[in-house]
Amino acid sequence: MSSIVARHRHDGTRLVQILRDVVAAEGYVAPRVITALAEALALPRAHVEGVAGFYSFFATEPRGRFRVLFSGNVTDEMAGSRELCRRLLDSFHLELGEVSRDGLVSVGTTSCTGLCDQGPALLVNGRAIARLTPQRIGAISSLIRGGSPVDEWPKNLLRIHSHVEKRGILLSDQLAPGEALSAAVRRGREATLAELVRSNLRGRGGAGFSTGAKWSACAAAPGEERYVVCNADEGEPGTFKDRELLGGHANLVVDGLCVAAYAVGAQKGFVYLRGEYEFLVAPLEEQLAARRESGLLGRNVLGVDGFDFDIELHVGAGAYVCGEESALIESLEGKRGIPRNRPPYPVTHGYLGKPTVVNNVETLAAAAWIVVHGADAFRAVGTAKSAGTKLLSVSGDVDRPGTYEYPFGVSVERVLADAGARNTQAVQVGGPSGTLLAPHEFQRRIALEDVPSAGAFMVFDRSRDMLAVADNFARFFAHESCGFCTPCRVGTTLNAQLMARILAGKGSRGDFEDLARISKLMKAASHCGLGATAGNPVLDALAKYRPAFDRRLKSLDVLPPFDLDEALAPAREATARDDAGAHFDEEDERVIPGGGYE
Amino acid sequence: MSDDARKTFALDGQEVPFEPGQTILQAALAAGHYVPHLCFHPEFRPHGSCRVCTVKVNGRTTASCTTPARDDDVVESHTEELAELRRSLIQFLFTEGNHFCPSCEQSGNCTLQAVGYELGVTTGHYNPLFPNRPLDASHPDVLLDFNRCILCELCVHASAEVDKKHVFALSGRGITKHLVVNAESGRLCDTPLAVYDKAMSVCPVGVIQRKGRGFAVPIGTRTYDRAPISGIAVARREEV
Amino acid sequence: MEQVKRKLRVATTSLAGCFGCHMSLLDIDERLVPLLDLIELDASPLTDLKHCGPCDLGLIEGGLCNAENVHVLREFRRQCQTLVAVGSCAITGGLPAQRNHLDIRDCLQTVYLTGVGVERGFIPNDPELPLPLDRVHPLHDVVKIDYFLPGCPPSADAIWQFLNDLIAGRTPQLGHGLIRYD
Repeated sequence: MSSIVARHRHDGTRLVQILRDVVAAEGYVAPRVITALAEALALPRAHVEGVAGFYSFFATEPRGRFRVLFSGNVTDEMAGSRELCRRLLDSFHLELGEVSRDGLVSVGTTSCTGLCDQGPALLVNGRAIARLTPQRIGAISSLIRGGSPVDEWPKNLLRIHSHVEKRGILLSDQLAPGEALSAAVRRGREATLAELVRSNLRGRGGAGFSTGAKWSACAAAPGEERYVVCNADEGEPGTFKDRELLGGHANLVVDGLCVAAYAVGAQKGFVYLRGEYEFLVAPLEEQLAARRESGLLGRNVLGVDGFDFDIELHVGAGAYVCGEESALIESLEGKRGIPRNRPPYPVTHGYLGKPTVVNNVETLAAAAWIVVHGADAFRAVGTAKSAGTKLLSVSGDVDRPGTYEYPFGVSVERVLADAGARNTQAVQVGGPSGTLLAPHEFQRRIALEDVPSAGAFMVFDRSRDMLAVADNFARFFAHESCGFCTPCRVGTTLNAQLMARILAGKGSRGDFEDLARISKLMKAASHCGLGATAGNPVLDALAKYRPAFDRRLKSLDVLPPFDLDEALAPAREATARDDAGAHFDEEDERVIPGGGYE
Repeated sequence: MSDDARKTFALDGQEVPFEPGQTILQAALAAGHYVPHLCFHPEFRPHGSCRVCTVKVNGRTTASCTTPARDDDVVESHTEELAELRRSLIQFLFTEGNHFCPSCEQSGNCTLQAVGYELGVTTGHYNPLFPNRPLDASHPDVLLDFNRCILCELCVHASAEVDKKHVFALSGRGITKHLVVNAESGRLCDTPLAVYDKAMSVCPVGVIQRKGRGFAVPIGTRTYDRAPISGIAVARREEV
Repeated sequence: MEQVKRKLRVATTSLAGCFGCHMSLLDIDERLVPLLDLIELDASPLTDLKHCGPCDLGLIEGGLCNAENVHVLREFRRQCQTLVAVGSCAITGGLPAQRNHLDIRDCLQTVYLTGVGVERGFIPNDPELPLPLDRVHPLHDVVKIDYFLPGCPPSADAIWQFLNDLIAGRTPQLGHGLIRYD
């Protein structure tokens, strides 16, 4: 414990990193550890407990020595993850969420692990394993029994594949390390900022804010210290294009971050990498070390007097909301990932209250491209309002899942054709928080002016139950709500419960009304984008796939949200009764006239 | 000329003046206009977690407690659409916790209840979650009844910023978010909370209760039994 | 046009409640006389009729703590055009729901077998007795409820105002002092 704290320089802003190390060493964060950490870091104990309790990868109760988390995204479930999970559970005679009696293993589920092109996937002690099959589950079960550390498991089991199916200007570029930064230095700060503004580059994380404007605002903000952050917390289910960029094109991304630092005058940068991508930590650290060796990081970078800049890697711990830039900053500061109130914005009051730029991985890659090739070349690609290209993560019912780079303006049907989709009944563009498109909308285009997307492109063919899809997304938001504001905290849970009830055939028309009412309330009243979009998949499904809901209705009336006969079971047990009066019979479940919703 | 320099926004058609730095809710209350709210407390920096004070500013919904007042903004608050939104939020809070008013010492002085009365909320509407939230009666002078907690964070801020004790914090997330106390035992008696702390007096509901002093004022004659909260909140601001 | 002055047919019952709401109904005192010009009672503790015929209005006090409560509630829902949840227990589960975080088996054990002063106890198992549900529920968990009249109990004035609104065909509106949760 003390060595972990020492390794992190007793720095409370590194609390999330410290807790990651604690979990790697002990499997969970014990109450005595929380007390010890609080003392060592001079933080209130309750603060440390609050942080430990926030991130889903930090269990505060004992877990197994091997902690298995199945990716719960809808594409994983479509590829059979539930059956595979059952198989692994059965091999240890376990139930979901339980720890085996010998303390060897625990199995649970987690949100999308960003391996939808090679699902189903799982994490074991933080390491991703993709392309799960019954055979692979058998191998994992044996390896767990064998007890050797996951790092020593067969390489081929731990290998993550790259699936780039279509290359555009970013994915075909082979820039050398530092090439974009050199180009920026040649242009000078002001000209680099001007070029970015002129390029019309807009943030690729979903919000679509002008990158040039963001950088200029940060550069102009008063203060000496400035920070730049690469948002690699790619948590939107169905999105994995940043994994591909950081795996195969990290040069472009890191150069983009350096260009940002140069342009705004930052001394320090962070890469906030989602915990699910732990397999990228080592290669990224190598890349950063090589850059320090060659003078691309450190003091007087590229020989520019006074340009001191270095990059620190921070790894997340299972919290989708940290993809929101101000929540990400809170997490970087070692806090619970709660989105901040704005104004003030991070460009003036960001990390530690200093001016900060937070950009998505793909945005930084595009920025690097722009300083080398120029704004005109960039604007020549895409549409009038959406310059450049967009990386799409295509998954689900397609022959060729993977990353596709298209100029903005590409139609949905073109992507479907390229990826080999047949009998498509729906596409979820931009993930659960995005837009669900039905066939009559497939001529629409991926662009800020039509269907914006942070990258996810999940395809569902006609064999899929769109109610089950919406249910999966509702569960996702309930799991990922930070709980700060009332509408999202309660609304996401109520939505998930209502969806489960309808799926189980216990719904009523009144439940449809409630789903719509809750979803609209979240949209209108939530504190951040998570809550504002959490109702989207339910509203979209209700609007476009209503028959999938209707056919689940067993009665036009209210049915209890619980099983009445089951509710008598404990009392039956206590009284040893089993007579007719001790049960609710079918008759009781019949339609009740007058009780229905109109 | 100086009159022209006075900055105002329109709240439901009425001009409301404001000082630089004031939020919409702060300015509205100071000018004697009630906007329903729960987690806002005049002595603390607004943080906007309950969302009950949601208004429309130039047509967009936002929390009035955290939104800076701006000159010439058009703010709507007293509309049926917003009343319905606020009712839903109150229903969410009643659905989420265990709010058994008839046995609560805070009944009649409870902000959640009073705002419910103000908005005409007669039911929680949704299926109650009935969470299991055991009491903490370990402290000699103070009882914690987490069943009533609406996660407004006021005790967290009061204990940290005024009392400098950090007795309270929030842990968990989403629907499992909950109040914790600053002790490895998890028990209030192992914290330095004292009855004269600021944290004792900021709870808008009945979580933090003084022991040994019950029903000193009979139900039916308490603060919000006597007058609706809309009148009282505004009168209080006028006293200040 | 022919105006048939038919009396509103009203049924009332108390499920998992304390009859306090019914007492409050009686507390409307002398106003009962004009009220009885407007309504007639069907099944109710006041008439001692056990089963409910077709009614315009059902007033239900108390929540759902056992199987019989559910049967009665469903009969009321079948027979009553408008159903009103009256009082804290009907609306929230109320006092009986304070057992919801306990295991009903433990409750029965403690009360009938192991509690202080219990000798040669046994858990009653007569088929005549309704079995308790594992949790106590408000009415709207099991049937659609049309109106909610809160209070523990709602005051006589609140009940009077509420009934007058309903009988006159107005959506009931309770102002300050009449809408109460305690």
